[in-house]
Amino acid sequence: MQNQKENTIISNKKHRTVAEQMAHIIFTVCAFFAVLAVLSITAYMIINGVPALITVGIKDILFSSVWAPSAAEPQYGILNVILTSIIGTGLAVLLGVPIGLFTAIFLAEVAPKKAATAIRSAVELLAGIPSVVYGLLGIYLLGPAMYKLERKVFEDSTTHQYTGGANLLAAVLVLAIMILPTVINISTSALRAVPGHMKSASLAVGASHIQTIFKVMIPAAKSGIISAVILGVGRAIGEAMAITLVSGSSVNLPLPFNSVRFLTTAIVAEMGYAGGVHRQVLFTIGLVLFAFVMLINATMSKLLKNKEVKD
Amino acid sequence: MQTLMRKRRRVSDMVLLGLIYLSAGFAIALLVGIIAYVFYKGLRTVNRTFLTTVTSVLKGTVGIAGNIINTLYLIGLTLLIATPIGVGSAIYLNEYAKPGKLVSAIEFTTETLAGIPSIIFGLFGMVFFGTTLGLKTSILTGAFTLTIMILPLITRNTQEALKTVPDSYRSGALGIGATKWYMIRTVLLPSAIPGILTGILLAIGRIVGESAALLFTAGSGRNLPKAGVEGFFRKFTESSGSLTIELYLQMQNGKYEIAFGIACVLLIIVLEINLMAKWISKRLEIKYGR
Repeated sequence: MQNQKENTIISNKKHRTVAEQMAHIIFTVCAFFAVLAVLSITAYMIINGVPALITVGIKDILFSSVWAPSAAEPQYGILNVILTSIIGTGLAVLLGVPIGLFTAIFLAEVAPKKAATAIRSAVELLAGIPSVVYGLLGIYLLGPAMYKLERKVFEDSTTHQYTGGANLLAAVLVLAIMILPTVINISTSALRAVPGHMKSASLAVGASHIQTIFKVMIPAAKSGIISAVILGVGRAIGEAMAITLVSGSSVNLPLPFNSVRFLTTAIVAEMGYAGGVHRQVLFTIGLVLFAFVMLINATMSKLLKNKEVKD
Repeated sequence: MQTLMRKRRRVSDMVLLGLIYLSAGFAIALLVGIIAYVFYKGLRTVNRTFLTTVTSVLKGTVGIAGNIINTLYLIGLTLLIATPIGVGSAIYLNEYAKPGKLVSAIEFTTETLAGIPSIIFGLFGMVFFGTTLGLKTSILTGAFTLTIMILPLITRNTQEALKTVPDSYRSGALGIGATKWYMIRTVLLPSAIPGILTGILLAIGRIVGESAALLFTAGSGRNLPKAGVEGFFRKFTESSGSLTIELYLQMQNGKYEIAFGIACVLLIIVLEINLMAKWISKRLEIKYGR
């Protein structure tokens, strides 16, 4: 197709060939834009995130839990921040995935067809709700409820620092709700893609519908469900604005009623005014988050590749 | 239920079925409740002054017109840049490239781009466009950052649309002597338009709802652009907060009534856009019997 004469019987004007080649070149350039973007983001994250690791020291950043950037002798330990992100995301997934998966089973197998279609499109719409809206509901509704709960739980404690309702538990609840649409959508598709003959065979040998779902269909839809979980993890670990205000404002150990900072919320909360080494450390936090996300992406693409090979 | 003979009722089945109904009921009630609650709390704040003026301390009125305009600027500029690149990239991947390492590298990076959290885009945009290119916090910085973010959305949807165009269209056009670019321009792109539109609509939805990528790139200004051509273009270099940023700042200050009002406006926009996208992709399905 590069050679004009192959395609046409009558010889062509020259400018047409030029236009053809220009089109080819322009489209190629467009396609490389994504590659360029990923490479420059990676480069910039490394360039901006590594200096602090050198000036402050890897051990004092990654493995220290004292975060005091504005103290006379500033310390930049982000261990608690990393732990908060891991534990917070883990808990949110632990809470959101079962509910999401059961809802997906309901939509794919139990609900009447018309109702299922209607609910599915409602769930899809919900995936588009801006994260700040979740944050607003979190702080307005969950915050006061958490504060009440906190006062009950720590009635007799004299050492507990009250957070006013902004704590890890509230953030985990918001995250769990936020990953629901993702988990529901992808799991429903995965369950629906299970070949009908597998279901029929299971029913024919006498298994009940529920047994069929849990012993045949879920194992068959395993890779799709795992993708749903991984995407949920990705969404939860990268979420920033919804939990910035809900999770509290100080760096602490990730205990349910502690005010905590996630990797994302630490950046959002302090980037506005940070300078010097403090700012560099915030970029290191960004780099750690970036590394986590890349790891999740790599797992995901490996999983998809395995699936393709199997198919 | 599905057998001829009466079955022994299994306790475990009943428990699991109960859990299924419980989870589904909970998820659905929660998701419907969220929308209902936002409308219930927010609708009373939304009125003409709220939508068409800028907050005025003198008159004591609150308005988000500036933020609406900022959001429109961001959408317009981002789409203006991202649509050609995204569509071009999809055309290359689907029509020109031969399957191989190069294509899988491009597709892998597109996937990667889609998985990067918006706060990382925000950091990158702030440093690269804001500092390195010297654009500071402005519509330009914000829109460039958003461009990278929504690129995968447009590329993927265009690719999907191109894949649904039957091969006979291609060979037919080439067979009667059309060149490749002519074939793409006159046959493929027109047939792919619904898919491209779906991508654009989803991108608009994403831009309207985005906040973390904009906080440090587009800033938080609330002014309306000055009148005239110069004012229109000047706006691109000014710090401009989108609706989401304004919502964030209002709730940070504890002004929940205003925050719910903005949330209400955001929800109406986002839900409408998603409905439109769904409608278009449904028509696409009918057309090609996918």
